[in-house]
Amino acid sequence: MYKIESKEVSLYYGDHLALKNISLQMKANTVTALIGPSGCGKSTYLRLLNRMNDLIENVKIEGTVLIDNKDIYARGIKIDDLRKKVGMVFQKPNPFPKTIFENVAYGLRVNGISNKSYIEERVIRSLQNSALWEEVKDKLNKSAFELSGGQQQRLCIARALAIEPSIILMDEPASALDPISTAKIEELIYELKDKYTIVIVTHNMQQAARVSDRTAFFYIGELIEYNDTKEIFTNPQNQRTQNYITGRFG
Amino acid sequence: MSSLVVFFLVLILGFIITKGIGVINWEFLTTMPEDGMTKGGIYPAIVGTFCLVGGSMLFAFPIGVMSGIFIHEYAPHGFFKNFLQLMTNNLAGVPSIVFGLFGMSLFVNKLGFGDSIIAGSLTLGLLVLPIVIRTTEEALKSVNDSFRLASYGLGAGKLQTIGRVVLPIAFPNIITGLILSIGRVSGETAPILFTVAAYYLPKLPTSMYDQVMALPYHLYVLSTSGTNIKESRDMAYGTALVLVMIVLIANLIANALRKFLSKKVKMN
Repeated sequence: MYKIESKEVSLYYGDHLALKNISLQMKANTVTALIGPSGCGKSTYLRLLNRMNDLIENVKIEGTVLIDNKDIYARGIKIDDLRKKVGMVFQKPNPFPKTIFENVAYGLRVNGISNKSYIEERVIRSLQNSALWEEVKDKLNKSAFELSGGQQQRLCIARALAIEPSIILMDEPASALDPISTAKIEELIYELKDKYTIVIVTHNMQQAARVSDRTAFFYIGELIEYNDTKEIFTNPQNQRTQNYITGRFG
Repeated sequence: MSSLVVFFLVLILGFIITKGIGVINWEFLTTMPEDGMTKGGIYPAIVGTFCLVGGSMLFAFPIGVMSGIFIHEYAPHGFFKNFLQLMTNNLAGVPSIVFGLFGMSLFVNKLGFGDSIIAGSLTLGLLVLPIVIRTTEEALKSVNDSFRLASYGLGAGKLQTIGRVVLPIAFPNIITGLILSIGRVSGETAPILFTVAAYYLPKLPTSMYDQVMALPYHLYVLSTSGTNIKESRDMAYGTALVLVMIVLIANLIANALRKFLSKKVKMN
């Protein structure tokens, strides 16, 4: 059984066809990288998986997206519940203007959890799992804005982990960070794989090669090639994939 | 150009201060007017203005903020939203004397409040409603969408996102709307002319159905229709100075409050 499965999914922004007939399967506890030039639809595809595209007006979606074998676009699906199961980390670190502790606790609080000791325990564990605990354990009540960009991004990962999702979507999570912070995030992705299914959009070929098990190459709304990362980077089947990963365009 | 603006501001302030400072003393601020308003103080007018500011804010602030939230966060893009925004702008452009007439016919006569604090407060509240709505909208617009997305991404609903993330970030800027409307309310004369203001009433209000004196109207009376205009000239300048000072202090307090709040938002 696949964790995430999309069957012939097309997406329109108004009249513009942004995704064409995408069929893609991802297994549990794997890291899948979505690569391709800007505007190729990789971020749009990512946002399909937690229905973030619903927030944009005039979006029309065809086909089916299954998570744990359930159609997430079916009638009667609660979007809030879906987003609890499918966490998201954004391109630019976007912690709330709250304390470090409250940032991580936010997801629990909005989901109606008020047990103090439980929240505390989850906050600590999430910070540990996002490899931030040692750096912030003495200043949990300080503003999240006092952290560096890399720390803020790990805080955002902790925030997503706190509500115990099973899938984590990452939209170019390291593109705004320096190389050392990037290395930390990549290391973290590698560790998180044991517990979570991760889908990551990236512009960075080396990053895709380093962190992912499978890679999907998108080009102008189409899925050109989808295979084991090793295969994609050493033996691409499609000429356009080869051109892109060798840097001939993109 | 902008130094010209500062020049005129300083000129006006300087003029009022030099003319008015002479009559200002503790007695002027805390006693009733006497001798056909040529002597004594302006205490009831100060109290009246405070009542009107408080009353109109109590009405305009919650309704204005909620309207702003509705227009910016809930109303779907399209005809209805544009219509609401257009009408808000139009409301802001209605002359204040028209608000006064409307307030008189609706609150004073139709609803039977009579000339009263409540009628005047509601009229003034209507007058500043567009200011509060517009600043609320602008404040919400300035909240970066990434905060909203992050909140939705954690399974928060719309109301939770607005209440827990968007409003706290926008609140310091919404306070600006309050600043502007306090300044406006304390200085308006036309809307209170037919709805609350008393020509001469040397006692304090005991309920919201009482009439009160108010600083701007008192200033108008002293300089145009007092019993002895020459004699009360100094009193008029004193009144103007007090009015200006109240507006200034209100602005300073609100500004400090806004700074304090934005710091607090970052901390929490």
